[in-house]
Amino acid sequence: MSIQQSALDEFIDSPGLLKKLGVFDWAWAALAVIGAAFVFIQYSSYMDVYEQGILLLSAPALIAFGWYWKAMQPVTAAITLLSLLGIWLYGGNYANAEEVFGLRFLVSSQSAIMWMSALFVLATVFYFGGLIANSAFVEKTASSITWTAIVMGFTGLMVRWYESYLVDPEFGHIPVSNLYEVFILFCLITGLLYMYYEGRYKNRSMGGFVLLVISAAVAFLLWYGYSRGAHEIRPLVPALKSYWMKIHVPANFVGYGAFAISAMVSVAYLIKDRAIKHNPDGLLARRLPSLDMLDDVSYKSIALGFAFFTIATILGAMWAAEAWGGYWSWDPKETWALIVWLNYAAWLHFRFSKGWRGTQMAWWAIAGLFITLFAFIGVNMFLSGLHSYGEL
Amino acid sequence: MNLAITLLVVLAIASIIGTVLQQNQPYTSYEIKFGKFWFETFRILGLFDVYSAVWFLLILAFLVISTTTCVVRNTPGMLREITRFREQAQRKSLLRIKNSQTLYSNESVSDIRALTAKLFKAENFRFREHEAENHRVMAAMKGGANKWGYWLTHLGIIVICLGGLLDSRLPLMIAEWQGTITPETRNIPASEVADESTLPTSNFSYRGSVDVPEGRRANIIFLPVRDGYLVQRLPFEIEVKEFRVEHYSTGMPKSFESDLVIHDKDLEQPLEHTISVNHPLIYKGNAIYQANFGDGGSEIQMTLHPFVNKYATQTMTGNVFKQYDLTSNDRKFRLELDDFRLFNINPVKNENGEDDQKNLGPSFIFRLRNAAGEAIEYTNYMVPVELEGRRYLLSGVKTSPADPQRFLHIPADDKGTIGLFMQYLKNLQDDELVRRIATETTQSSMQGVKLDDMTVQTQVIESMIRLTELFVTTGFDGIAEDIANRFPEAQRDAVSEAFLKVLQASLKAIYVETLKQNGKAEPDEQDWLFYDDSMNAIANLPFYGSPWYIQMTGFKQIEASGLQITRSPGKNVVYFGSVMLIIGVFLLFYVAHRRIWVYLRPLDDGQTEVILAGSSNRNQDEFSKYFQRLQHAFGQALSTRGK
Ligand code: HEM
Repeated sequence: MSIQQSALDEFIDSPGLLKKLGVFDWAWAALAVIGAAFVFIQYSSYMDVYEQGILLLSAPALIAFGWYWKAMQPVTAAITLLSLLGIWLYGGNYANAEEVFGLRFLVSSQSAIMWMSALFVLATVFYFGGLIANSAFVEKTASSITWTAIVMGFTGLMVRWYESYLVDPEFGHIPVSNLYEVFILFCLITGLLYMYYEGRYKNRSMGGFVLLVISAAVAFLLWYGYSRGAHEIRPLVPALKSYWMKIHVPANFVGYGAFAISAMVSVAYLIKDRAIKHNPDGLLARRLPSLDMLDDVSYKSIALGFAFFTIATILGAMWAAEAWGGYWSWDPKETWALIVWLNYAAWLHFRFSKGWRGTQMAWWAIAGLFITLFAFIGVNMFLSGLHSYGEL
Repeated sequence: MNLAITLLVVLAIASIIGTVLQQNQPYTSYEIKFGKFWFETFRILGLFDVYSAVWFLLILAFLVISTTTCVVRNTPGMLREITRFREQAQRKSLLRIKNSQTLYSNESVSDIRALTAKLFKAENFRFREHEAENHRVMAAMKGGANKWGYWLTHLGIIVICLGGLLDSRLPLMIAEWQGTITPETRNIPASEVADESTLPTSNFSYRGSVDVPEGRRANIIFLPVRDGYLVQRLPFEIEVKEFRVEHYSTGMPKSFESDLVIHDKDLEQPLEHTISVNHPLIYKGNAIYQANFGDGGSEIQMTLHPFVNKYATQTMTGNVFKQYDLTSNDRKFRLELDDFRLFNINPVKNENGEDDQKNLGPSFIFRLRNAAGEAIEYTNYMVPVELEGRRYLLSGVKTSPADPQRFLHIPADDKGTIGLFMQYLKNLQDDELVRRIATETTQSSMQGVKLDDMTVQTQVIESMIRLTELFVTTGFDGIAEDIANRFPEAQRDAVSEAFLKVLQASLKAIYVETLKQNGKAEPDEQDWLFYDDSMNAIANLPFYGSPWYIQMTGFKQIEASGLQITRSPGKNVVYFGSVMLIIGVFLLFYVAHRRIWVYLRPLDDGQTEVILAGSSNRNQDEFSKYFQRLQHAFGQALSTRGK
């Protein structure tokens, strides 16, 4: 039974992780460990025990992430290098932002974020171009542009983090503290999640739709930055000086990002649906991904978003318990988070127990984005509450 | 199921109300906003505190109940799902499954069986076999955790709601319905609050707040209830030793913190602890938070400068939140000290007329209430403020809360005091002085004019005196009125022109005299600017409403720390439920319940019919890929040839 054995053995341990790992994966792991070790040796004396714990855990987390999603390896490496470049160019002098060429035009947070903005918009154009011109090459380019945008964006945030300490050591804080900063975060996380699905489904023709929402965010970002000087680095109000912010906000934005993707994919779904009905052999009908796939992406991103949004909301409650004296105060932001959550819970119920798919669910996913949008911006614009950060 | 969805949506919509309509505001402000009718309607619907309105709680209750029933209903089925291997599956049904393939092998049933068992084990499938007389079924499955996901999410939600119930106001609401407690709506000292508005320390859970002045203690908190409040006794005493605000270089606040001392007979010595925003103190299950801050009854030294000679200047000392009767006055006034502010960062016009953010220094806010009970609110700044290069003592006036604040600008002399202005004002009311000056100026201005009788001159002098007095007491309007009463339409313009000349002459002359008293012979440009400012100020005095300019001469700031104190025994229950929910959600989404069947039937020609079938309740496409690889492997392993 020798052949047989081998065939089955092959099957059984074919997903065997270690075998699948290549040189790069090991190099990646090594880098992660060395990096963490270096930081630990250099700076652990400045950290409290939690921070040390987080630092130590970050190494295995990075390794696992990089192994699970290979694209993360070059991307993370690039972000790290560019960020270090930025820090090195600053050399502890904030004024360099204007003087040093490399900062002024590349890696000062402002320029990096400008690059991100420009690239995201460009990528949108390329994705649609590729879709219409039916050109795999153009779409490939679009992907690379998106990756670059993501790298620049994260670099921008990293450098901004460092800058906040340069402006005034007392100002220093992670850049997720106001509407301007979280909009950058939103663009980046949405971009990342999209790239994950793109890689996973090996299909680029929905890129334009997702990038559209990112471009919209970029537009807002620029308007907000210029008209309100929002990009200015300001110190934290006492209420935001808390460790919770570091995890609560990003968790929220994985949710927002995923919901945005599901909505935009649903738009693609509806278009494809119409196309199939009206001119089956038209460009859209042929080039857009299959309805099943769009439906699946939409579901998967809502599920992911929901999971993280659940975590984020609970973290928010825990933070509220510490900052406001109650884990739930029915403050408008809180309440709208609940509304968003309930809405998607209802969506998921339909999906799970009724197995509903198709256009109604697509419309609902789109409506969901508007509810999410209100919880995200509308509340800060129109309603007053305890969430005093980032009023417009 | 539809029930679930309906509930989720209804709850979502109901929640919106409380976010668009600001909750728990003073009822009067609602009444002003919506008018009598809608105010009443909203009040009855409980829209001013939606989240503890009966109907809202009912929705929540319904949600919990239906979820519970749902879990109960689904549990047996799900238990069956994860315990039954379906090894009884019929050939037909297996062939009907989406992922299903038939192959034929030369291997014997037993060999294939061994092979499959090995495979199942390697892939962590649990399996069970069923042997029928003409065939054998190996039924495997994994991923039962998916169902656990279902249980955890829903039980999690139930647990969260119950935990919330523990901390809810429900017991209070019930007690209120029974009439055993009634909220206090009057603004009276806590010590005077009646028992039926006071809750014992035994109360299970609460969330309220109290403002404690520095150096003082509190052993109660206030629980806001609709348009009133309840007093909650605490099992210990909190002393606020000091409250601090620290600022960034930008002037923005960096931290609010209070040095607390907990006094409790259970402690052998008092417990000292400093709290700040995001860093509460937990003591005896009570969490004490830095919520806000305010004035704690600062002490203010004042000088009352009368605008009218017949009153004497007086000095007094008072505390914020206290009231004082002002005497030595034909009219009675009550002085109510409302607030003290150490900093006043305001936009101020600089020389180029642009606004700079500038600190105007300390100010205090008080109301003067006359015998009729009408009050005017004043905001007086302690130090002179520089506007377009000149310095003024500012006093903001608000005749009613709705009105905008108007400012009286009293020019400050070069020592920065109100002295010169007051001296001038006194002189204007000093009859002999006025008469003397009037006479002098008139005579000097009439030098050389040949007059047979003195009547004209005396007339001028008299009118000068009269006008001066009229102006000081009633301002320009008074004069205009006087003219209107005494002259026909046609003459008025001419007359008022003449009058103003005379008045000007007198006022100027008296001003010059005033400067002389201070040993200044010739007024310079600055002095004339000061004169103009004085004119503006005096012209506005009749509308100022207060017979004094009340100046703050010193202060001792006493701040109050706003503490919020909660006891929420339900918190950990809620957190526990939250953990269940999170774990549940992930299991539900990311664990698929997968089944694989291998149906083996020996055929007459010595071959074996192998039916491979599989199903998954999540992630179909991934599973079909997996299933195809499985097929492939089987195909190879069993070295088949199709039939
Ligand atoms: C406030 C939150 C929730 C409520 C009130 C709720 C309530 C319900 C109810 C009443 C059912 C119907 C059971 C039946 O009638 O057979 C149900 C089913 C279900 N719920 Fe929820 N649920 C909630 C949250 C969630 C969440 C967060 C998830 C998952 C992320 C979830 C997943 C499911 C699933 C998968 C079913 C289908 C079970 C079946 O197939 O019958 N539920 N839920």
